[in-house]
Amino acid sequence: MGNIRLSNVSKTFGTQEVIRDLNLNIEDGEFVVFVGPSGCGKSTLLRLIAGLEDVSDGRIEINGADVTDLAPARRGLSMVFQSYALYPHMSVRSNIAFPLRMAGLDKAAIDRKVAEAARVLNLTDYLTRKPRQLSGGQRQRVAIGRAIVREPTAFLFDEPLSNLDAALRVNMRLEISELHQQLGTTMIYVTHDQIEAMTMADKIVVLNKGVVEQVGSPMELYRTPANLFVAGFIGSPRMNFINGNEAAKVGASVIGVRPEHMTMSPDDGRWCGEVGVAEHLGSDTFLHVKVDGIGQITARAPGEIDLRHGEKIFLSPEPGKMHLFGQNGEIVSASGAVS
Amino acid sequence: MATMHTRSIARLMMAPSVILLLGWMLIPLSMTLYFSFLRYNLLMPGMEDWAGVFNYEYFVTDPAFVTALVNTLVLVGSVLVISVGGGLLMALLLNQPIFGQGIVRLLVIAPFFVMPTVSALVWKNMFMHPVYGLFASLAHGLGLPAIDWLSSAPLLSIILIVSWQWLPFAALILLTALQSLDEEQMEAAEMDGASAVRRFAHITLPHLARAITVVILIETIFLLSVFAEILVTTSGGPGYDSTNLSYLIYTQALLQFDVGGASAGGIIAVILANIVAIFLIRLIGKNLET
Repeated sequence: MGNIRLSNVSKTFGTQEVIRDLNLNIEDGEFVVFVGPSGCGKSTLLRLIAGLEDVSDGRIEINGADVTDLAPARRGLSMVFQSYALYPHMSVRSNIAFPLRMAGLDKAAIDRKVAEAARVLNLTDYLTRKPRQLSGGQRQRVAIGRAIVREPTAFLFDEPLSNLDAALRVNMRLEISELHQQLGTTMIYVTHDQIEAMTMADKIVVLNKGVVEQVGSPMELYRTPANLFVAGFIGSPRMNFINGNEAAKVGASVIGVRPEHMTMSPDDGRWCGEVGVAEHLGSDTFLHVKVDGIGQITARAPGEIDLRHGEKIFLSPEPGKMHLFGQNGEIVSASGAVS
Repeated sequence: MATMHTRSIARLMMAPSVILLLGWMLIPLSMTLYFSFLRYNLLMPGMEDWAGVFNYEYFVTDPAFVTALVNTLVLVGSVLVISVGGGLLMALLLNQPIFGQGIVRLLVIAPFFVMPTVSALVWKNMFMHPVYGLFASLAHGLGLPAIDWLSSAPLLSIILIVSWQWLPFAALILLTALQSLDEEQMEAAEMDGASAVRRFAHITLPHLARAITVVILIETIFLLSVFAEILVTTSGGPGYDSTNLSYLIYTQALLQFDVGGASAGGIIAVILANIVAIFLIRLIGKNLET
């Protein structure tokens, strides 16, 4: 069981309100990702759940029990820190065994659990090494090992991949997802990287300035963003936002169209523009098109497209894939309603 | 990194300072060594002749020597314990966020900037004096007889004075080490269920090991040669109760004018310091390895 419920949680540092009246329910076994720009309060929210910060107001429940005033260690959660926070003077074995030693387990049980965790994480050959003798990915795995031996009700990850290089990050992403499949334990994962959020999450919580903007599965957020912020944050490259006359024509304040939902034509379409930069990624080409009266629009084209700088092109949004936003930035018409 | 050419130029450039420093060290040392084998007394100038190991025999069989040796080791040991232990506590306190942190830290560090002679005089006349001293007044306030610290507990008094001087040094070094402790490590340990005491034992103390080693090594070097504090307070007395090795050498050379005997004592002190150094490096030097 690993059900976590936050009710009306607020956190202020001095006069600054970091989390405002937040409600969230995390189901058992879910992989939940908190995502948002830096300073949105996502790490603070994780630390509130962990108990490393006290809530200013509100209630935190784990499995139905009120843990709001409980010490971190007694909440039954494990955390993986951004810096891994390994104990530098201890071997990998002692690092992983540390929570068990603190819990007062006998030596045989500790050895068994450490060996098991090391096997799962492919660390068996490194047990006698010190953290400084390990690579970034291995350190990451030790930190995860230290978290799993406690058999927590939930895992908390605080931007665990941000110190790794790009290739390793993709690997570790897979490994963590795999681990979640194996263990089936609730995981809460904080990141500023929407790709990590999209690829790993069962449920994404988009935070902005201490407020939950939207909660939903990755595809829900992708298909039906609730407002401009979510629309702009989820998806890569960013959604195109078009305002002014073009938007007013369809009775909205802003139109949003994702680059992958643009159709291109050399001679006919809704908007006519000039190709600026074309980024060739091999599988795709991202065209940055300057459209008169609108500005720059990004469009995804097939990889093999042959377009030069300055060429003329017509862009049209795919039918049913346009998002209309009102004056306050909220969605007024979900995709499909307007073509 | 460097080619053969730049390396030999670098050696050439460094040579003058290396030669100067080497001479600075080797000439006094070899002269001391030479004098220690001479019958050399300032009261009988021009009568120096070869004495063999007599000076060493004389110095070592002097009943004051064993006392001085023990006093030296007790002084070094006690001051190390007090300054490292107290410095650790102080650093832990100073690392907490408190009001007026900057001023408090400055005040704590202040004793280190006071000259040994001055601080010894302050202690002698303002704290430990049986008539005017603060301790005497405190004792009177409690209805107790005043203690004449410097004559009834001379070595303890010296230990207190020297500890007072070195406590800030230890506190300062340990405070900076504490500040470099990764906050996330402490939080991780907290999440792992370690109590405050166990976090201190398992995380903080190992983190400080290297800083503590540095404090012990540096303090030992200076504490072996404590001199001014003894000269201005007890003058080594009563009897030889607060005489350490460097003070004994001073009496030999400048009160008894026996340069030969004092030189022998100096060489013995050098050997002793090296024994202590080797012992310390063996014991705690592994903390300095990266």
